[in-house]
This record gives sequence, structure tokens and C-alpha cells, in this order.
Amino acid sequence: MQYILPLIIAAVASMVWLGINALVWVYFERKFAGHIQRRPGPFEVGPHGTLQPLIDGLKLMGKQLLTPDNADAVLYWLAPILSMIPVLLLFMPIPYGPMLTGMDVNLALLLILAFSSFNGLAVILAGWASNNKWGVLGAARAVSQTVAYEIPLLLTVLAISFMTGSLSLVDITSMQAGHIGNWIIWKQPLAFIIFIIAMFGETNRAPFDLAEAESELTAGFHTEYSSMGFGLFFMAEYGYMVVMCSVCSVLFLGGFHGPIPGIEGWWWMLIKTYALLSLMVWARWTFPRVRFDQLLNINWKWLLPLATFNLLATALIMKL
Amino acid sequence: MGKFKENVIQPILDCWSLLVGLKITGKYFCKPLITVHYPRQVIDDENLQTYGGHVELIGKPKDPATPKCISCMMCVTNCPSRCLTVVKQKAPKPTPEEEAAMKAAEEAGEKVKKPKAPKNPAKFKYDYTLCSLCGTCIDNCPAKSLKFSNNVYWVATSRKEMKIDLLARLKEQANEMPAAAPAPKPEAPAAAEKEA
Repeated sequence: MQYILPLIIAAVASMVWLGINALVWVYFERKFAGHIQRRPGPFEVGPHGTLQPLIDGLKLMGKQLLTPDNADAVLYWLAPILSMIPVLLLFMPIPYGPMLTGMDVNLALLLILAFSSFNGLAVILAGWASNNKWGVLGAARAVSQTVAYEIPLLLTVLAISFMTGSLSLVDITSMQAGHIGNWIIWKQPLAFIIFIIAMFGETNRAPFDLAEAESELTAGFHTEYSSMGFGLFFMAEYGYMVVMCSVCSVLFLGGFHGPIPGIEGWWWMLIKTYALLSLMVWARWTFPRVRFDQLLNINWKWLLPLATFNLLATALIMKL
Repeated sequence: MGKFKENVIQPILDCWSLLVGLKITGKYFCKPLITVHYPRQVIDDENLQTYGGHVELIGKPKDPATPKCISCMMCVTNCPSRCLTVVKQKAPKPTPEEEAAMKAAEEAGEKVKKPKAPKNPAKFKYDYTLCSLCGTCIDNCPAKSLKFSNNVYWVATSRKEMKIDLLARLKEQANEMPAAAPAPKPEAPAAAEKEA
């Protein structure tokens, strides 16, 4: 009982946290895009449009759930759920504060990497089951993209666990305690850059949003989804973004430790995560979508060799 | 060496352009907004001048209720969407006395001056639902009688309302002119110069 209760609390808390983050970041992304294009963004619903994401959610829930003709109904509806459920799990091992960790697992990094690849599976199922050629094309792209970007991501993470000798995010955070000089970003700058780029590819975000490229695939894998079917994919995408940025700030930016010794707490984690999230949004509204061969070239010709080199160099230095 | 530079050095240098892009959008992020919240705020008349709305007629400088149009049909023949309809005016029918006088003159071998039709169009209809606002009519008008209006606020609930009688519109505008006199004043000298 004493193990299960904290877990339940953590699960509920991460659900709430995911919901709040999805709402807030949908709103912020639209505002951000608006200000880059020098328009106000959502403005009419609530003060400065703050109620807009809530109303959008209500609108999505009010829509009819449709299953396309001849689609595989079970797989079709399994896909958005499969995309959503692992995200809840992903929040659990992330240390948000000294006392604020859902569960301290020894294999936290492995768990996050393993379950975040469920998103790829969900996308494939969604595209394949919807009996739609754009869906299948989007799914096919998603497979080659997420599988490809998983590898450099894994290699950079592996380099860090070589350095720290641990796969637990709590341990990795505690090793970066103290002042800003202890952060891993200074020891692994190349890994940081690779991680950031692979993060874009992993979460299907622009400029790497080839799986849902609306200009050539209408909407890619979620073309046929209406109502909350689409809503779950949408929320999951923001969930994965938050998870990836949190992991990035834990791995490279010291997690909940502040730049000055003595000041630490969950707010540092929030500041770092949200700064990275803003970077993702900023990049989305700056760069055009890359072509698919370019996307794969970046990964196989650049990220993968660089990540391998980084891993080998780290191993060599650690050995010496 | 060339291949190396092309395939390795250049991509690394190109990464700089990503940062330049971020800098540009970041700059725009910090600049003030340029849109207005329409129902509560409207833009000033000066900005409306650059708006190219539906086509409308230009009146004669001395008689603003009649258009400069000479019914040459250039706009109608050149319009790719066929949204303009112009009907020429017919020559006025001579009264019986005039007819008799003309006949007498003809029999006497004199040159007869037949009454000419006025050049102004009898009808000038415009279907905004068809118009693509290409401006070909405006470019081709020899009398310079057509222009884009700067009417931003025009909405209609049916197709019929989008078919406008431009002559009636011009008359309406001419009647409203005294009320709106202060606004077009600064333009008046420029228009006069053009005619000179």
C-alpha cells in the first residue's frame, strides 16, 4: 500500500500536469505565432483570449466521432489512446524538484526512451487503420522519421549515462548540483545540439513535421480523425514536447538546480523547460518544413556520425 | 578539396543562417502589433486610400454626378471575367417639327446635322461576385473613368446585392460630397494638376 498510494498520486498529478501544459502551450504557441507575425493571436474569448484553448477543447469534445468506411475500427481507435497513455507514464520519473519526483526509477532514461517510441507506433496504427492513402503516406514517413531520430537521441543520452554512470534522472540531476559550471551542457555541448535537433524530429515538430505535412498530405496520419480522436493526438504531441524539454533540461541544464549555489527548486526546472519549449515554438514559426530526403540526410549523414563520435570520445575520456 | 568544402564546410556555415532566421523572427516578435481589433478599432482614412476594393466610376470634375465614361466599351471587351455591362445611350428622337425641318433641309441639298447620342452610358452595371479585381478595365479605360474604390466595409448577404449599378453609386457619392468635403480637399489640387 505504501508504494501504490504515491504512485497513484503521481499518476493523477502527471495527468493534471499534462492537461494544464497542453492547454497553456496551445495558447502560448498561438500567441507566439501571432506576435511573430505582428498580430494579436487569439483575442476574443476571455481576457486576451485566455479561455480560447478551453473553448477549443469543448468544441472538439462536442464533435461527432466518425470511423471511416472499411477502416479497422479497433486499431483506428486504439491509436490515439496508445499515443496518449504513455505520455502520462513519461512524466513520472522526471525530477521536478528535490521532493517532487513521481517515482525514482533506476532505469528512468531507458523507460522514457522506450515509452516515447510508442508515439511512432500510434502514428503508424493511425495512418494504417484509417483506410486513407494520405494517412498511410504520413504513417510511412513517421516510421522512417521517428526510428531514424531515435538513434542519435539514444547515443547522446548514452554518452551522458557513460559520464554520470547512471540511468536515473534523479542521480543525473544531483550530479549537477552546485553552480552553473557543473551543468553537463559545458561538458557535452555537441550532445546538447544533437539532442535539441533530434528532439524536433522525435516530437514531429516543425521544421521536421513531415508526418503531418498539411501542404502535401492534407494532415498526414490524422487526416480521418475527428473530435477527440484528433484531440488526443494533439494533446499527446504537446505532452511529448513537454517531456522531451524536461528531459533535456534534466540531462544538460542541471534540472531543478539553479545557476547559483543554494537556490534550487521546481521553478528552475519550469524556467528551463519552458525556455526550451519556447525555442521549439520559435523555431516552428521561423523555419520552413524540410524536404523528406533532407530530413533523412540530416539524420543519417550528420547527427548519427556526430553522435557516434561524441559517444566514442566520451568513452575514451572516461576511460582515461 | 572542392567536394570537402561543398559537403562539409558549407553545411556548417549554413547553420549560421538558422540563427539569422531566428534573429529575424525574434525581432518581429518584439515589434509592436500592426493589426487592429476590427469592431472596436478601425484604421484611419489615410490607410484606406491604398485599399483596392470593387471597381467604381469617376465623375467629371465639374459635374461629379456624371461619369467621365464615353461608353467606348473598352472595359467590357477587356474584362476577363465579364462582370461589366455597359449600355450606350440612344440618340434622342427628334420632335415632329425638327423632323420636318430636317427633311426640308435634306431636300434642299443642305448638310443635315443629325442629333448625336450623348457619350455617357445609359447603364453601367457591375457584378462584384464575378470580378477578380484584376484592374484590366481600369488600365484600359481611355477616359480614365474607372478606379478601385476604397470601400472596405462592404458586406452583403445575397448575390443580388453584389450586383451594383455604378451610375447610381456615383450619383449617391456626388450627393454625399458636400458632407465629406474636408476629406478630399488635399487631393483636389493633385487632380487638377493631372488634368492640366
